[in-house]
Amino acid sequence: MSGILNSSIGRKFAMALSAFFLMIFILQHFAINSLSVINPDTFNEVSHFMGTFWVIQYLLQPVLILGVIFHFVMGFVLEIKNNKARQISYAKNNGAANSTWMSRNMIWSGGFILVFLVIHFIDFWIPEINTKYIAGDMSGLIDPNVADSGYRYYEELVHKFEPIWRVALYCLGFIFLALHLLHGFNSAFQSVGANNKYTKGLKGFGKFYAIVIPVGFIFIALFHHFSH
Amino acid sequence: MNLTLKIWRQKNADTKGKLVDYSLSDVSPDMSFLEMLDVLNEQLINKGEEPVAFDHDCREGICGMCSLYINGEAHGPDRGVTTCQLHMRMFKDGDTIYIEPFRAKAFPVIKDLIVDRSSFDRIQHAGGFISVNTSGNTIDANAIPVNKEDADDAFAAATCIGCGACVASCKNSSAMLFVGAKVSQFALLPQGKVEATDRVLNMVKQMDEEGFGNCTNTGACEVECPKGISLENIARMNQEYLKAALKG
Repeated sequence: MSGILNSSIGRKFAMALSAFFLMIFILQHFAINSLSVINPDTFNEVSHFMGTFWVIQYLLQPVLILGVIFHFVMGFVLEIKNNKARQISYAKNNGAANSTWMSRNMIWSGGFILVFLVIHFIDFWIPEINTKYIAGDMSGLIDPNVADSGYRYYEELVHKFEPIWRVALYCLGFIFLALHLLHGFNSAFQSVGANNKYTKGLKGFGKFYAIVIPVGFIFIALFHHFSH
Repeated sequence: MNLTLKIWRQKNADTKGKLVDYSLSDVSPDMSFLEMLDVLNEQLINKGEEPVAFDHDCREGICGMCSLYINGEAHGPDRGVTTCQLHMRMFKDGDTIYIEPFRAKAFPVIKDLIVDRSSFDRIQHAGGFISVNTSGNTIDANAIPVNKEDADDAFAAATCIGCGACVASCKNSSAMLFVGAKVSQFALLPQGKVEATDRVLNMVKQMDEEGFGNCTNTGACEVECPKGISLENIARMNQEYLKAALKG
């Protein structure tokens, strides 16, 4: 067991595990965001639960942040190591002849997702932490002094998607997420050794996941921009 | 066919190399790529110039010596072939063809287009074998029942000729298709089970020490492999490695 993370296969395995965790997170994030289109009241209730339940706030949230940081740091470390494995580049290299653009450019799609995540944190996560843990308002209400003012989450979401530049940025971020997932989903399964005659269906499901989830997020952003 | 060749020339491992242009006329489309290089070398020798050094042995797609990166692909634009099986009919009259050695830190250039692939030998020495009693009590392999599917998969993995096209094609210079094939061909058979744990741990350790990159599952190796070795072998090796590492 010792030194497993120092081996090339161990690092692949760790990358895959963090990818699985992040893909499950994205799925639940999408499910909750979808409620903002289907039923704003339920969206508010679920958002308040997610934002105040201690297991999520103090246990899962730190694990998520660590998972995100690990995935990005390990991705960049592997890229640097891999570049060192070929010191002289080919004068002519036809990568498109044998592999997809997505598979060859995970570092770029991942880098753009990182930029998007920073903006996303500034937009949503930091104001949320500020309201709850700096200002100490755990009520989730539009006006904490008025008990029947209603939850603030839906209002805030709609407000964020008013400027077209932010909607465009979100669309771009999710296009890069789709490109990343189109390779990353099945790559993660390959890394944990799941590629055999019993896992053929995974390839199709991976493409479905990689397209449907980002397109769904884009739809939600566009919906709120154009319907308010 | 008239061709312009851009060939990597490098005097030895310690000097810097560069691409040198050569013009070659009246090339037959029925020639193999190596025969075309033979013609070029004959002309260079007649002119008193140093011929281009390139590796070759069997010239029938078995030895895996012809390690050329042609127009941006290992063994050129054809599929399922080594360089000796690549024919000039794959190119057009007037084409410019880039001919480079396989590039990887673990495959240093010895001269011109010849690279040192002894790193593969060292990986094999680390575990690519089984121990068989040969003192008169050898069990006939045919007497050991093997599931047909496992036998087929093991045989398919064993067709790897160790040419290094997987490393050359991989953007990370990863050797995982080669090592995956060598691990799989034994892991699938009863004879290979005895040393399975040590084999995969030692071969992967040696692979990492040689300076190959990490696999990012682009699949370029599988496409460019002249023997069609499947990515499933890498997945099998990953499984074998994780089982072995957890065992101890």
